[in-house]
Amino acid sequence: MRNFVIKRILISIVILLFVTLIIYVLIRCLPASYVDNMAMQLSTAPGAKSYEEWRAQLNAVYGLDKPMLLGWLNWLKEFCTGNLGDSWKYTVPVIEKFKDTIGVSFIMGLISLILELLIAVPLGIVAATKQYSRLDYGISAAALVGISLPTFFFASLLKLFFSVHLGWFDTHGLVGRNFTQLDAWGQFLDMAHHLVLPIATLVIISVGSLMRYTRTNMLEVLNADYIRTARAKGLSERRVIYHHAFRNTLIPLVTIVGASLPGLFSGALITETLFAIPGIGYTSYQAMISGDIPFTMFYMTFLAILTLAGNLLSDILYAVVDPRVRLS
Amino acid sequence: MAKKNQDGYLSAKEARRISRENRRITNRMEKQRKRKNVPESEYLTKMRDPNNAVEFDNLHTYFFTDAGTVRSVDGVSFDVPIGKTVGVVGESGCGKSVTSLSLMQLLQRPQGQIVEGEIRLNLGDKACDVTKTPNEVMQRFRGNYVSMIFQEPMTALNPVFRIGAQIDEVIELHDTANRSKAQIRERTIELLKMVGIANSEGVYSMFPHELSGGMRQRVVIAMALACDPRIIIADEPTTALDVTIQAQILDLLRQLKNRTNASIMFITHDLGVIAEMADYVVVMYAGRVVEKGTAEDIFHHPAHPYTIGLMNSKPVVGKKVDALYSIPGKVPNPVNMPNYCYFRDRCEMCVGQCDGAYPPEAAISDTHKVSCYRYAGGKGGD
Repeated sequence: MRNFVIKRILISIVILLFVTLIIYVLIRCLPASYVDNMAMQLSTAPGAKSYEEWRAQLNAVYGLDKPMLLGWLNWLKEFCTGNLGDSWKYTVPVIEKFKDTIGVSFIMGLISLILELLIAVPLGIVAATKQYSRLDYGISAAALVGISLPTFFFASLLKLFFSVHLGWFDTHGLVGRNFTQLDAWGQFLDMAHHLVLPIATLVIISVGSLMRYTRTNMLEVLNADYIRTARAKGLSERRVIYHHAFRNTLIPLVTIVGASLPGLFSGALITETLFAIPGIGYTSYQAMISGDIPFTMFYMTFLAILTLAGNLLSDILYAVVDPRVRLS
Repeated sequence: MAKKNQDGYLSAKEARRISRENRRITNRMEKQRKRKNVPESEYLTKMRDPNNAVEFDNLHTYFFTDAGTVRSVDGVSFDVPIGKTVGVVGESGCGKSVTSLSLMQLLQRPQGQIVEGEIRLNLGDKACDVTKTPNEVMQRFRGNYVSMIFQEPMTALNPVFRIGAQIDEVIELHDTANRSKAQIRERTIELLKMVGIANSEGVYSMFPHELSGGMRQRVVIAMALACDPRIIIADEPTTALDVTIQAQILDLLRQLKNRTNASIMFITHDLGVIAEMADYVVVMYAGRVVEKGTAEDIFHHPAHPYTIGLMNSKPVVGKKVDALYSIPGKVPNPVNMPNYCYFRDRCEMCVGQCDGAYPPEAAISDTHKVSCYRYAGGKGGD
C-alpha cells in the first residue's frame, strides 16, 4: 500500500510538470494579453510614450520578452521555491486572493455535493428496485433532463422564473444591497439566500449522472448470484437490498465520490460566473480573460494537483470498501 | 404466442406488442402477489400423500421475455418423499433449475411467473401451496425449512462480507432459541467443521475471495444446512468442483441427510452422481418430465428414447470407443414449442402415433412412469 502510494505520487509529479508546461504555453498563446491592454491604456495618457514603447517596456518588466520555454522554467523555479507571485489583475499576492475566494466556493461545493448524494443515491436505488415501473421511467427521464441541460441555460431559466417572475431571489451577487447594515445573523441569512439558486443549479445539473450510475450498479448487483443466496436465506427484501446489495453498490460509488472530493476546492467556474458569486471559479475566469498569467497558472496548476489527488484518493478508497482489492 | 418472421427476427412492431402484452400479464400477477394480509385459507392445502415432503403438481413456470413467452417448466409433476433423495436430470435449459427456484419462490420476477399448478410443501402439521404463499410467509420457510445449495460457489457468496457474518446471519434470522452472539458464532464454527473445513476459526473471519472453489462450496453447503432444513435443494452442487472434492461433498451430503432425515432434491446433469446419490430419478426434457421412477428403473430399464440416449452417451469404464454417442438434432426453440412430442424430431424409435398430440404419461410399473407413445396403453416397448 505504501509503495503503491509513493509510486503514484512520483508518477503524478511527472504528469504535473507536463500539464503546467501545456497550460503555460496555452496562456501565452491567448489573444488576451494583459500587457497589450495596459500599454494601450498608458499610451492614451497625455504626453505619454507611444504604445510600442510602453509595450516593449512592460514586456520586459513582466518577463514576456523571453521565449515561452524559458518563461515556463522561470515560473517553475519560482513555484518550487513557494513564490506564487502577485496577481497582475488584482495587484495582490496570488495566495491572498485565493484565500479570499476559496471559502464561498468550498461551501457551495460541499452543500451541493451533500445534497447531490442525498438525492441521487436513494433515487437510484428506488429506480433500480422498481425497474421498468412508472416511477423508474419518471426518475430516469428527469435524470436525463438534468444531464442534458447546459448549466448556463438552466441557470438562466431559474433566474427568469424565480428572480424575474417571482422575485424571490436576486439575479446575481453574493450579498444584498443593505448587507453592511445587517447584524452577523442577518448577514449569514442574506448570503445563504443568495446561494440558493447557484446551489440548486449545481445540484440539478449533476444529480442525474450520479443517479444513473447508482441505478446501473444496483441493477447489476441485484442480478448477482449472491443476492439470490441472500434471498434463499430467507432475508427480508429490505435487508437484501439495503445490506447485501447496497454494500456492493457502494464500491463504484465511493470511487466516484472520492474523485469528486477535490472538486470542492476548484469552484464552479460557469455557475459562479453566471451568478457573479466571487468564488475561486469566478475570480479565475476574470483573471483568465484579462490575461493574468500568475493567477491563471496558479489556479490551473491547483486544479491539476486536485485532479491527480482525486484519482489517487479514489484508488485508495476502492481498496478500503472492496476487500478483494489489494493495492500493490 | 409470438409469431416470428421466416428469418427468425422480430419486427419492432411485433416486439412492442409482445412487450406490452407481457407487461399486462406480469403486472396482474404481481398485483395478486403483492396483496397484504392474505388469509391463510388461501394458501393452506393438503398433501396428497403425507409421506411426501414436496409434491409438484402440474407446475407451469413461464418467462415472459421480449422475444415471446418461454415455457421453461410446462406441466411438471413429481414427488419428493421424506428422507429420500430425488435426482433431477436433463440437459441445460430443460427447466431443472427453474423447477427448484419455483419451489423456493426465487424466480426472477416479474418476468418469471408460475402460471399454473401447485407446489405442496409439507410443514408437518399442515401443508401449504408455495405458488400462492405470500412473500412474508415464504421468507420464514426459506433457509429454515427449505434451503438451497447453488451451483456457482465462486459467485454465490457476497464478496464484501466475511464468511462468518454470512452464516451467522441465517442462524440469527431463523433462531428460535434466542441464542447470544457468541453461541451463534460457536454454531457457525461447528457447521464449518462439519462440512470439513479444517481451519474453521480462521475461515470464520475470511472473505470469500480468500477461499478456493471447493472451500466456498462447503461454505455454501454449511449455510444451507445451518438451520437443519427439512428439504435441501442441491442445484448442481459439484459441477464447479474437481472429482476428489466432488466425492467428498457427495459423502457429506449423504451423511447429513441420514443424520437429519431430510429430503434432498438433487439437480445435475451428471448421471454418475445421480446413480450414486438418488433413490428416485426424474428425467426432464424441454420443460417436461419425460420419465420418472426409482434409480433402479431409470438406470437398468430406461424406457423413454431420450433416457436411453442419455444412458448410451455416458462413458463406460473399461470400454474403448472412438467417440461417445450423442443424441442427434437439437432441443426445440423454447418460445414456440411444437404441439407434438418434443422429442419426436430427434427420436430414433418413432411410432405412427408420434405425429399426434404430446404423449400422456403411461405407467410401466407402480413407480416407473414414462411419457411416450411406445408404452401408451400399457404395452411394454422393449
